[in-house]
Amino acid sequence: MAERLTRKDVDRIATLARLELSDAEKDLFVRQLTEVLEYADQIQAIDTTNVPPTSHVLSSTPVDRADEPRPCLTNAEALANAPDGSPQTGLFRVPRVIG
Amino acid sequence: MSDTALTTARDIRDAVSSGRVSAVEVVQAAFARIDSTNASLNAFLAVAAERALERARTIDREHRKAPLAGVPVAIKDNICTRGIQTTAASRILKNFVPPYDATVISRLESAGAIILGKTNCDEFAMGSSTENSAFGPSRNPWNPEYISGGSSGGSAVAVASGMAPLALGSDTGGSIRQPASLCGVTGLKPTYGRVPRFGLIAFASSLDQIGPLARTAHDAAIALSVLAGADPLDATAAQEPVPDYASALTGEVRGLRLGVPRRMLEQGVDDSVLGCFYHALEVFRARGAELIDIELPHAKYAIATYYIVATAEASSNLARFDGVRYGYRAAGVRDLKEMYEKTRSEGFGPEVKRRIMLGTYVLSAGYYDAYYLKAQRVRTLIRRDYEQAFQKVDAVVMPTSPTPAFKIGERVEDPLQLYLTDIFTVSANLAGLPALSVPCGLTPNRLPIGLQMTGRPFDEPTLLRIGDAYERDTKWWAEMPNVSG
Repeated sequence: MAERLTRKDVDRIATLARLELSDAEKDLFVRQLTEVLEYADQIQAIDTTNVPPTSHVLSSTPVDRADEPRPCLTNAEALANAPDGSPQTGLFRVPRVIG
Repeated sequence: MSDTALTTARDIRDAVSSGRVSAVEVVQAAFARIDSTNASLNAFLAVAAERALERARTIDREHRKAPLAGVPVAIKDNICTRGIQTTAASRILKNFVPPYDATVISRLESAGAIILGKTNCDEFAMGSSTENSAFGPSRNPWNPEYISGGSSGGSAVAVASGMAPLALGSDTGGSIRQPASLCGVTGLKPTYGRVPRFGLIAFASSLDQIGPLARTAHDAAIALSVLAGADPLDATAAQEPVPDYASALTGEVRGLRLGVPRRMLEQGVDDSVLGCFYHALEVFRARGAELIDIELPHAKYAIATYYIVATAEASSNLARFDGVRYGYRAAGVRDLKEMYEKTRSEGFGPEVKRRIMLGTYVLSAGYYDAYYLKAQRVRTLIRRDYEQAFQKVDAVVMPTSPTPAFKIGERVEDPLQLYLTDIFTVSANLAGLPALSVPCGLTPNRLPIGLQMTGRPFDEPTLLRIGDAYERDTKWWAEMPNVSG
C-alpha cells in the first residue's frame, strides 16, 4: 500500500528526527527505506479484525517502588559527561534557542 | 596461570573457591590472552585491568565462596559500567563514562565476578554482524575474514577465543543468540523482564533483554541465577522468584515434547545448517524426547513486524542523544536546532540513521495506524501462535541462524537482506519468550552452527536442561577455534 517514498518524504522525516542528511544519504534512504517498507507491506494482508495490539509482553503489572528519598547523582557527577557543563552554575549550557 | 584446562566459569569458580588457583591468577591469565589476541579480533573496545585486579585481590581475601568467585566477565558496551567508558560502539557516546553501574554489573560483582572490560557491538545494538560499530568489526575467531555475528559480536568472540569464560550481551531481535551461534558458544536470551534492564542503553524497550554468553548451558544457568530477579530501579523487571537454574540440569530430556516448525525450514536455510539441525533432532529422539511437528502460521511476518516495532521504539529512545547532557556535540553551530541536527548527523552511523528514519516514518501522522498499530496487532498473533504451540510441546526447536557466518563486507550494501537473516530469532523477542542457542556443529570449512530452543515464559529451567543435556552428549561446545596470537 505504501506509495513510493519520495525525496520530499525523506526531507520531512529527517526534520522530525532532527537529522541533517547529505544529498547522497537522502538518495540512498529513498531507495533503501522504500525497499524495507515494500517488504513490510506484507502485513497489510493479514486480517487483524478484533485483534488487540501488543505494546508490551509483561506477565504482571509493573511494580512501583516506594516514593522515598534516596541517594542520587551529585550535581558534579551529572555534569561530568556534558560537552558544555558549567560547574559554577551547576547547569548544562546550550547554544541560543531563538535564532 | 598454569592450569589451562580452566575454560568454563564453573571450573574457574570451583578452583578459586577451593583455593587451587587465585582470582588474581585467573584475571592475569585473561588479560594475557586479551593482550595476545584482541588486536586481531577486535572483541574489546576497552579493558579495565586495574579495577579487575583490585577486585580479584578482594575476592581472594574475602569472597572465595561466592557463586561466581573469580570468574572474569566481558561486558557488551551498551551496558553502563561506572568509571569504564561505555560507547554502545557509537561515535555519539565516544568517551562517555557512566556515573553508575547497571543492575547486572552490581549483581555480577556482588557474586564475585570480575569485569574485564567492554566488548564491541553494532552501534546501539543495531545489526547482525558488528559491521555497524563505529570502531570497526569484530572478527570471527574461526576465520577472521568472517563476521562474528551481532550485535553482541565482541562478547561472542571474547568467549569463543578464550579471552573470557563468560560475557553479557543484549538481545532485541537475536543479538545474543545469533553471534553465539556464529562463533560456536552458548547464548541465552531470558524471558522479557527476567533480567533488569536498568543501565542498559535502550534500543527497543519492549524487546530488549540482557543475557549471558557462555561456553556451556551450565555456565549460562549459573550466570542467570545471579542476573535475574526484581529490581527497584526497573519497573518492568519481573517479580517472579528466581530458581537455582543449575539444579534443573538433570541431563535428561526423556519425555520432553519438542516442537519442530518444519514449514519455516523449507526455504532460505543453508544445507549445512539443516544437516546439523536434523542431526540434533536425532540426538534428542535417541535420548527419549518426543518430536512433534508444529505450525507457527504468522512466523513469516515476524521480520516485517519486528522492523516496524523495533525502529519505532528506537526512534523515540535515541531522541535523548542531543549533545546536551553527555556524549558528542558538533562544533561551530549557530543555534540549538542546528546543534541537535549536526550533532546527531555527525554522531550516528548509517544504520542507526536508517532505523531512526524508518521508526520516525512509521510513527508519523498518517502512517501510525497502517504500520505501527498494525504491527502491534500482528505481534499479538505471533504471540498466540506460540501460546498454542506450548499447549502441545515443552519447547520449540529450530536453527538459530539460517546460514553460518558470511564474509565481512559481503552484505553491507543491502540492509533488507541482512534483516532477513533474523528470521529464526525475532519471534522470541516479539513474544517475550526465553530462547537458548547452543553449538550443534561445524560446516565443512569449520564455521560454527547453532541450535535454538524457545520456551514458555520463565521456563528457562527447561531450556537450560535441554541445552545442557545436548552439550553433555555432543561436545560441540568444547570445540575451540585455533586462534594465533
